[in-house]
Amino acid sequence: MELNVRLFALYRERAGKNIVTVAVADGATVSDLTDEVRRQIPNLAPPGVKIVVAVNTDYADSEVVLQPGDDVCLIPPVSGG
Amino acid sequence: MMIELTEDTLNPEKITELVRRDTNGSVITFLGTTRDNFEGKTVLTLEYEAFDEMAVKKLEEVRQELMAEFGLEQVAISHRIGTVGIGEISLVVAIGSPHRKEGFNACQKAVDRIKEVIPIWKKEVYQDGSRWVACEDHEFSPEQASGQGHSH
Repeated sequence: MELNVRLFALYRERAGKNIVTVAVADGATVSDLTDEVRRQIPNLAPPGVKIVVAVNTDYADSEVVLQPGDDVCLIPPVSGG
Repeated sequence: MMIELTEDTLNPEKITELVRRDTNGSVITFLGTTRDNFEGKTVLTLEYEAFDEMAVKKLEEVRQELMAEFGLEQVAISHRIGTVGIGEISLVVAIGSPHRKEGFNACQKAVDRIKEVIPIWKKEVYQDGSRWVACEDHEFSPEQASGQGHSH
């Protein structure tokens, strides 16, 4: 399946775009998705840093299984306030 | 409106008024204001970006958490986004409570949680560049590996 992954703030600037289309296998997890995003955009985040993912506007653990049509967003370290 | 994300100037008096009740003996209002310096560098302005739908949802979750934990009924949170000048208000948290103690505690917790979990990002703009706050500060810290765990 193909997912349109939205990028914000630092990740958007590093990628140079606000949406990246990622192809993953059916049954793929959040962790599979971030692996694929890293392959496409190697400079997105340093290798030791976990990329935080939101699925359908909730934070999603790495083992969460993705569904076609999920709203997937990559969340760089937050700094509100 | 008890939760607000806006590009307009925040009006703390108006937000405070939302949580005043005759049954409350205490109102605590916290203002987050934009600072003009970072490690000796002059900050010219700040730019706030939000993942709007999720930020509003998470702000409401934080609000519900606080009301449950501290037994409160009046909690209002407003966060400004877009370009914010130096010395302006970027965050207002207003807590109305029967007594002051739970109000102070809830207010502190509210600001901590906002900084941990709300998908809002702040960029400091300098004369010679800019920086997404927290990213360089926290991107290499081990607790980042477990998610949005850092605090300020």
